[in-house]
Amino acid sequence: MNTLLNKKKEPIDKLASVSGRSLGAEALRRMLRSPVAITGGVITALFLLLAIFAPLIAPKDPYERYLQGEVSLGQGIIPGAQPGFPLGVDDFGRDYLSRLLVGAQQTLLVGVLATVIGVLVGVVIGGLAGAFGGWVDTVLMRLVDVMLSVPSLLLAISVAALFQKPSQWTVILAVSMIGVPIFARLLRGSMLGQRSSDHVLAATSLGVKRTSIVFRHMLPNSLGPVIVQATLTLATAILEAAALSFLGLGDPDPNRAEWGIMLSRGARQFLDVRPELAYYPAIAIIVVALGFTLLGESLREALDPKNRR
Amino acid sequence: MALLEVRDLTVEFVRRGERSFTAVDGVSFDVEPGQTVGLVGESGCGKSVTSLAIMRLLAKRGNKVSGSVRFEGTELLKLSDREMRDRRGRDLGMVFQDPLSSLNPVIPIGLQITEVLERHRGMSRKAASVEAVDLLDKVGIPDPSRRLSEYPHQLSGGMRQRALIAIALACRPRLLIADEPTTALDVTIQAQILALLRELVQDTGTALIMITHDLGVVAGLCDEVNVLYGGKIVERAQRHRLFAEPRHPYTHGLLASIPRLDAGRGEKLVPIRGSVSDNIPWDHGCAFAPRCPNALPVCREVQPQLAPDQGGLLRCHNPVRPAVAAGGGTR
Repeated sequence: MNTLLNKKKEPIDKLASVSGRSLGAEALRRMLRSPVAITGGVITALFLLLAIFAPLIAPKDPYERYLQGEVSLGQGIIPGAQPGFPLGVDDFGRDYLSRLLVGAQQTLLVGVLATVIGVLVGVVIGGLAGAFGGWVDTVLMRLVDVMLSVPSLLLAISVAALFQKPSQWTVILAVSMIGVPIFARLLRGSMLGQRSSDHVLAATSLGVKRTSIVFRHMLPNSLGPVIVQATLTLATAILEAAALSFLGLGDPDPNRAEWGIMLSRGARQFLDVRPELAYYPAIAIIVVALGFTLLGESLREALDPKNRR
Repeated sequence: MALLEVRDLTVEFVRRGERSFTAVDGVSFDVEPGQTVGLVGESGCGKSVTSLAIMRLLAKRGNKVSGSVRFEGTELLKLSDREMRDRRGRDLGMVFQDPLSSLNPVIPIGLQITEVLERHRGMSRKAASVEAVDLLDKVGIPDPSRRLSEYPHQLSGGMRQRALIAIALACRPRLLIADEPTTALDVTIQAQILALLRELVQDTGTALIMITHDLGVVAGLCDEVNVLYGGKIVERAQRHRLFAEPRHPYTHGLLASIPRLDAGRGEKLVPIRGSVSDNIPWDHGCAFAPRCPNALPVCREVQPQLAPDQGGLLRCHNPVRPAVAAGGGTR
């Protein structure tokens, strides 16, 4: 009885809005059927949850030196896994599991911020080049060529080295610079494609204003590849950030739990004593990067019009 | 005064380091209010370029447009870009060939209509939505209020073309240019779209330029027909005259190459030999001469001029005589 009433109440305009299925909704529907997408999505979702709720999940305080007394670097002793410390402790006697969890937060922050900044700057450059064409396009694209001609890690290192004091922000900025030329080039390409497309010609033939042509007709149709690339860049951004930390260009604060620093210290100083200290952050980085890559790849596939059934 | 006067319209494709190519060569015609004028020819004859030049939609780079296009006395080719943008969609509308690619895939149909209404008729979003439902209804789209929120890929081909026509007619332009509007559609849908166009043109008094390679479309819709070949008008006539007595061998060939139900058994289709070639210019004789069954030696030496002929215009040294045309084929 109750359900019947509820059904009746369902407004008709709600039904109407369901019928309009955008390309995005269509892509989502296709992704839900792909095992690769689901794997990538699950890893990513787990990582996001862990990162966001890390301070609540972490069994111990990641900064507290619980077992400092049992560490003796001179004799090469770092306590291994034991009750209460399932992954052991680091050289300060801090709980490694808790540090890894909190590190996820750092990794997510650096990866997301670096990607977002990269997308924003890249979209502005590529959008200007694609919308105006002509000499604007030529000048901006030569700039992008210069950025692309430098190997990505080298670019990040040089940007990071520009700053007097390395910090988390220098890492974020340095890593974001890697994405900028890629996003700019990508958006510019698809914007130029849109410029000569039939529907832009049709909109022009209707006297639609140029700003609407760019923002309503060209840009939304060009963003697909950029979104996909952003997902993939998130994976590389995490790797690059870890690489910068590994090379000592990251945040110098040894207290901060960050996978790159943990890997760096583990691999350089304690590989012969406790190789796990290097393995755990390395595995974490690889799994997360893999998750984002799988998600990005399947997103690309789902948005590809050639794969439409 | 005619609604649209096209005089000596010439479009050259200019490429650096290459000889320029004249795609449209001195085309002149008039469109009266409410009249339907056809531009007919094979692909590559310059009919689409003519329409794009009238709408000023050709890229400035690489295209040289000269001549005159007067709309209600205003020279369109001399307007500023801004003034031309204000006129497009409001005074002159256009319907394109492929309805799917001519609609923005990421925006619902409704928004693509209201966008134009807001732009040219200064309507509020709300008033424009009401008007959009009305427009979709008018072009025969069932359940129009539901369609407003749908995306182009959810409509069928015929629906999409109807929606495009609704968008083009949203601001009641006085001239509509339809560039092969039925080419991408099924035959049954073609007939529906043509009937719709005819109805709308008659109801609103909109003048129509119909660009097509399909003489069947011409037969059903156009008052006056211009046949283009190699960028020039080779024959102009009223529809009935053109079909009853094609004078230019090219027109005759086009008509003879259409399969007909009432043709005798075993009667062969007569195609036009060869294809349109870029390299045959008009400066040395007639561009159609190499493919023409009626070609005389003079055709390869003297360029024929457009001259009055049987109530129309004709550009030919050796036109088809009516008796031969009635036979259905020349051979």
